[in-house]
Amino acid sequence: MATIAAGSSARTRARTAEIPKDHKRLDVRWLLGSVFIVLYAIVPILWILSLSFKSQASVTDGSILPLHPSWENYKTIFNTGVFVRPLINSIGITVISTIIAVTLATLAAYAIARLNFPGKKLVLSAALGIAMFPPISIVGPLFNMWRSIGLYDTWPGLIIPYMTFALPMAIWVLSAFFRQIPWELEQAASVDGATPFQAFRKVIVPLAAPGVFTSAILVFFFAWNDFVFAITLTSTDKSRPVTAALNFFTGASQFSQPTGAIAAAAIVVTIPIIIMVLIFQRRIVAGLTSGAVKG
Amino acid sequence: MTTLAPASHGPGTRRRGKPILTDRDKAERRLGLRLVAPAVIVMLAVTVYPICYSIWLSIQRYNLRFPNDHKYVWLSNYGKILSSSVFWQDIRNTFLIVVVSVVLELILGLALALFMHRATFGRNIVRTAILLPYGIITVVSAFAFQFAVSPDLGGFWPWSPPLAGHTSSLFVIIATEVWKTTPFMSLLLLAGLATVPNDYVEAAKVDGANAWQRLIKVILPNMKAAVLVAVLFRTLDAVRIFDTVFIQTKGANKTATLSQLGYNQLINQLNLGLGSAVSILLFLIVIMVAFIFVKGFKTDLGQVRGER
Repeated sequence: MATIAAGSSARTRARTAEIPKDHKRLDVRWLLGSVFIVLYAIVPILWILSLSFKSQASVTDGSILPLHPSWENYKTIFNTGVFVRPLINSIGITVISTIIAVTLATLAAYAIARLNFPGKKLVLSAALGIAMFPPISIVGPLFNMWRSIGLYDTWPGLIIPYMTFALPMAIWVLSAFFRQIPWELEQAASVDGATPFQAFRKVIVPLAAPGVFTSAILVFFFAWNDFVFAITLTSTDKSRPVTAALNFFTGASQFSQPTGAIAAAAIVVTIPIIIMVLIFQRRIVAGLTSGAVKG
Repeated sequence: MTTLAPASHGPGTRRRGKPILTDRDKAERRLGLRLVAPAVIVMLAVTVYPICYSIWLSIQRYNLRFPNDHKYVWLSNYGKILSSSVFWQDIRNTFLIVVVSVVLELILGLALALFMHRATFGRNIVRTAILLPYGIITVVSAFAFQFAVSPDLGGFWPWSPPLAGHTSSLFVIIATEVWKTTPFMSLLLLAGLATVPNDYVEAAKVDGANAWQRLIKVILPNMKAAVLVAVLFRTLDAVRIFDTVFIQTKGANKTATLSQLGYNQLINQLNLGLGSAVSILLFLIVIMVAFIFVKGFKTDLGQVRGER
């Protein structure tokens, strides 16, 4: 202890003397580091963006930037129908899965965070187990079952596995979040004359909403991203999401490489992700790491 | 927890308090069970039932293209798979991808986490930026890397196309995975870093430890739990790798992984028997890996939450 104290005061003195120079050098280093990391993250996205603006003729010109930017690819994907219907499927399936998963997870997480009942640990462990589950292991049975009960190539056929695999994540995020809510406020509101419903609506809902919202974003990302179920449980544009549909693009003519069209479609489905990341950055980080490590 | 404690341990209230509290406990239990029931039922119905069904399918000769040739063959599907060179090739590919990508992700993720932990400048910009690879669709990142290294698809790769060879294809796949998943790793590690008491690091500094020694001897041992959790998650995620391989090679040049093999059998060949056997083997491998981490490395799953 004594040595630490002595050492740190010595260091403080040394540091005080050095501050101006040290700070400047550090700032440049941090700046370079930040720039490097930002480039790491966005260069592949910019690359796809660049490809999406290259016309069919210039896509293989080897240039990094489009020499003659054109909307050709975007017009192609929105006019030929290979993309619009899958986009609607993706949006519909993802939104419905998110709503159902978050609703079920909210009920479960409330019980886990607030109530005493046997098997609480079991529920959390089961959820964890399912989070680690390889989806391909149940693709065969689902494929066979869905064919026989008419769920193959339908929206519910994808919504069911999506919400199932999203539930564990949502339950963990929400129960970690609900544990931190000061529930006594509800009672305090009742004491102040609020009806139970008012107490719930005016006190608990605003406190719980950010957590519910965060889990919804993470579930949305998961369902939006899925490919395994999308490619195995659908066969037509009736229910095929964008991730699977990209594999069936043929480009402007049947024999041309569909690079530009895929790039344009990729940009369209990436835009919602970018918007959510920009707006909810803090919440996403909190959700991803909540409960990952205690303390 | 707190409501139960007085009921069982409170000395005076025990006899009188018990029935009242038990009633309340009972109501609370009932409500709790009712609230978790829908989620639990859905999770069990969509995973446990199909996995049992999958085991049942895996002991049959059952190919949808030859529906009449359908009978129980017990373990012969497993025998067929375990004696085929394709399976072992795919195991090798899967584990090569898992080991190389997780090691790279751990190193890069740790560097990124240390940077974000100490950065006073641009912290938010960096965090926002690294969420982009995390959020972007895996299929899209697979296409981006595929196009970049394929001149005929618009790429600028000046050397011979890597997706035409075995090893080079695997490295493109690994690069794609590393780019996409390092940010997730770094966020978990960053949360772990935040739990390392600053005093320890300062004390080590005072005792003359350099930055590398501080990292190896002080920081890492104190965030061991977070490191193991992050590695476990990424390992299990990498074992089931499918999207990137499907987009970039479809298993060409012997680059298939276990999930790709399962897909080929189940969906391309419509061979539910053999395909299910592959799925079950992959499932067992995942359980084994998780078991090794939990028992062997003492990964504290109490500190973990599910995340993909």
